Amino acid sequence: MEKKRVPLTIDGKDVEAKAGQTILECARENGIFIPTLCHYEKTTNVGACRVCVVEVENARSLVASCCMPVSPGMIVRTNTEAVRSAQKMIVELLWSSGDHNCLTCEQNGACELQNLVYWLKIDKPRFEIEPPGYAIEDNNTMIQRDLNKCVLCGRCVRACNEIQVNEVLDFSMRGSRAKVGPAFDADYINSSCVFCGECLQVCPVGAITFKQAKFAGRPWELSKTRTTCTYCGVGCQMDVFTKDGKIIKISGNRDYGKPNEGSLCVKGRFGMDFIQHPDRLKKPLLRRNKNEELKEVSWDEATSFIAEKLAAIKKTGGADSIAGLASARCTNEENYLFQKFMRAVIGTNNVDHCARL
Amino acid sequence: MTNSIEELEYTDLILATGTNTTENHPVISSFVKRGVRQQGVKLIVIDPREIDLVKYADIWLCQKPGTDVAVFNGLMNVIISEDLYAKDYVAERTENFDALKETVAKYTPEYVEKISGVPAENLKKAARMYAQANRASIIYAMGITQHITGTDNVKSIANLSMLCGNIGIEGGGVNPLRGQNNVQGACDMGGLPNVYPAYQQVATEDARKKFEAAWGSKLSAKPGLTLMEMMAAAGKGDVKALYIMGENPLLSDPDLKHVEKELRNLDLLVVQDIFPTETTQLADVVLPAASFAEKEGTFTNTERRVQRVRKIVDAPGEAKTDWEIISALSAKMGYPMQYASAKEIFDEVIKVTPSYAGMTYERLEKEGLQWPCPTSDHPGTKFLHKDRFSRGLGLFHAIEYIPPAEWPDKEYPLFLSTGRVLYHYHTGTMTTRAEGPSERCPESLVEINPLDAEKLGISDGQMVKLTSRRGSVQAKAQITQKSVPGTIFMNFHFAEAAVNLLTNPALDPVGKIPELKVCAVKLEAA
Ligand code: SF4
Ligand code: SF4
Ligand code: SF4
Ligand code: FES
Repeated sequence: MEKKRVPLTIDGKDVEAKAGQTILECARENGIFIPTLCHYEKTTNVGACRVCVVEVENARSLVASCCMPVSPGMIVRTNTEAVRSAQKMIVELLWSSGDHNCLTCEQNGACELQNLVYWLKIDKPRFEIEPPGYAIEDNNTMIQRDLNKCVLCGRCVRACNEIQVNEVLDFSMRGSRAKVGPAFDADYINSSCVFCGECLQVCPVGAITFKQAKFAGRPWELSKTRTTCTYCGVGCQMDVFTKDGKIIKISGNRDYGKPNEGSLCVKGRFGMDFIQHPDRLKKPLLRRNKNEELKEVSWDEATSFIAEKLAAIKKTGGADSIAGLASARCTNEENYLFQKFMRAVIGTNNVDHCARL
Repeated sequence: MTNSIEELEYTDLILATGTNTTENHPVISSFVKRGVRQQGVKLIVIDPREIDLVKYADIWLCQKPGTDVAVFNGLMNVIISEDLYAKDYVAERTENFDALKETVAKYTPEYVEKISGVPAENLKKAARMYAQANRASIIYAMGITQHITGTDNVKSIANLSMLCGNIGIEGGGVNPLRGQNNVQGACDMGGLPNVYPAYQQVATEDARKKFEAAWGSKLSAKPGLTLMEMMAAAGKGDVKALYIMGENPLLSDPDLKHVEKELRNLDLLVVQDIFPTETTQLADVVLPAASFAEKEGTFTNTERRVQRVRKIVDAPGEAKTDWEIISALSAKMGYPMQYASAKEIFDEVIKVTPSYAGMTYERLEKEGLQWPCPTSDHPGTKFLHKDRFSRGLGLFHAIEYIPPAEWPDKEYPLFLSTGRVLYHYHTGTMTTRAEGPSERCPESLVEINPLDAEKLGISDGQMVKLTSRRGSVQAKAQITQKSVPGTIFMNFHFAEAAVNLLTNPALDPVGKIPELKVCAVKLEAA
């Protein structure tokens, strides 16, 4: 069923919205930019930051476009003097109430507050800078929290409760002393946090950051490649960021859609150090007799040895005296080739894998 | 899975059994939890441990380990006797209902309570809840399959689902959650002793002819050995050479002592892996393989979605991708395999795999496709069995309850169940080398209920010794409500405390899956 269309005007442009859409959604669909901060798609619109304010004709004050549903005939303006000045006020307040020293911030270059400051052309805040003076939470190896940079947008709280539904984070206190975190002001490591890192992924500023990526590369120096997680059967789509051939960090990406819609778990996000671990096998190893030690050999020597041995065993014991285990960890292409090798080259159907275990 | 992950968020009811979803499939658990908290989805948990999902459940049936068939029969008993089953569906789409009805008749809630310990009233409540839901999805994992009755358990789940008309509808289905990333793909590609790719039987002549033509080689009509049978055959000297690609059976198999002896008995053991493992230590040849981050290819996830894997970094040292290694070996054996890339292999795969026939790397670029996807304009299949089952009518199996192979007794008074924990994966070769997960979970723990701990005089963090008829291991105790009294749990990720020295290799006669989820043990201070 086609939903009813609602006609309205945004910045002088006649547009149509779906009934129930917010002004923000409608503007975005029509290519009209409204800045946001606390808004995060597919979570509750809380209207906390008011960065997204717009003018609506005949409304008594500016309205938060992320929360306001469209109505027929509405006349919306997103770029008036009043809107800009309100936005500036908000952003300057946010800036001055935190420790936003971009020089040492990991989010530098990917920070939504920084972008807002730049976009609104603010030279410096008109208020005195007064960070709250929280201690940096640095007692686990995965997630670092510096709440002096927190803008209280609540995205982490909603990510934890509404996206991952781990129900760890909440606001403690309200108003100027508000703070986000696990219950009883505990650190992540002493809470029921399961280190999925969704909060880290949604945080618009440098308040929650990827610990291992610290000082490992600036956002603009990293290249990213999309792939599929190697751990469980969900097959999460993820971005792997590298710099100079080294893996720096992993992130989910909502643009990739199914199956994980941008979410990851602790293994996918923080469990990838193994890839470039020094223990990795790097050379073929061979022992020609059972009582010898394994010794490094060339590929040619290793494969020749195997081929001769297999041929000899097949000759004396028949093809069925040879068996092979394919792998639930290898690709489809490799599993296909493996069973083809066992069946067409060796001549046996003795091929299985550890699916049952 | 017959159905898709996304459906879990908007179905009407989910029955989760034998799956500790929040730890083993965390992102799927978010779909379940969002459904429950935000969409009014009802949740029934049937599990012998108080797993995290219980917190989100409307009702939790805590059965004794290995009594699943009795519980499912009990649920069906209530549903049939209270006339709550989907009569039209059963009449039109299924057969053998009468046999099922007859068998479950004796599994009254009271009788099932005696076997399973599940209170009759709770069983009735759960049965009604399941039957009354418009669409209900069942999710399960190794907690269902790793039993001597694993095949029976799976069939029972299918019975229950069909009985209420839940197979072949959106939001319904029987949905095994695959533990390893590409178990689905390894099966689809014919990494099984009895089938070629897409489950075409090696024993049928048509299929064999087709593959003989495709591969230009004479093929054997005799189904091969399963993993556990291979090991036994190695022990007896019938199998003399074993080629293992990326697996570590020496930590994942039950009754490790035996497996080690069997592997030592081989003339040739070739292991291809990314790390040295317990198994590579026994190998005659160890081949260094590239990890998933160092190659192109595809994985197939638990909802049958084929997705691209992409090369991110170079493999270390001389390590090569598994497909390059196989090709090189094959050439040495006089059968050259000339592929320039993984894509060329995939192009061959789709020619012989009807369910993948419509896929190409180009189509998979943006979003994966779910098989069956038979043609290049087919959108893929969100849920299976829409209008008919693969065999035509859905077949009910009348199944009697059989107790697990081992039941606690005087000497070994506790149930032991095994599985994974959130922070680790399988035999731990990858996650124990990741700093974060290892920090959260540095060692194997024996999870034990406070009541049992008190009875045995065990305190939290104390070293304990676990002994079964097959061996013993030591690890620290963790006192937790997750374990119910009488049942302890241990993960199998760590070589230092390999729980599979204890587990029972008794096999399911059909699925050939060992009973890793139930054995009898005793516990004492170490
Ligand atoms: S890491 Fe995950 S569980 Fe922990 S606080 Fe963040 S969102 Fe919540
Ligand atoms: S920590 Fe980040 S996401 Fe959470 S409220 Fe603060 S700024 Fe927002
Ligand atoms: S990120 Fe976690 S849930 Fe997703 S595939 Fe990897 S292991 Fe599974
Ligand atoms: S984005 Fe609208 S109030 Fe914050």
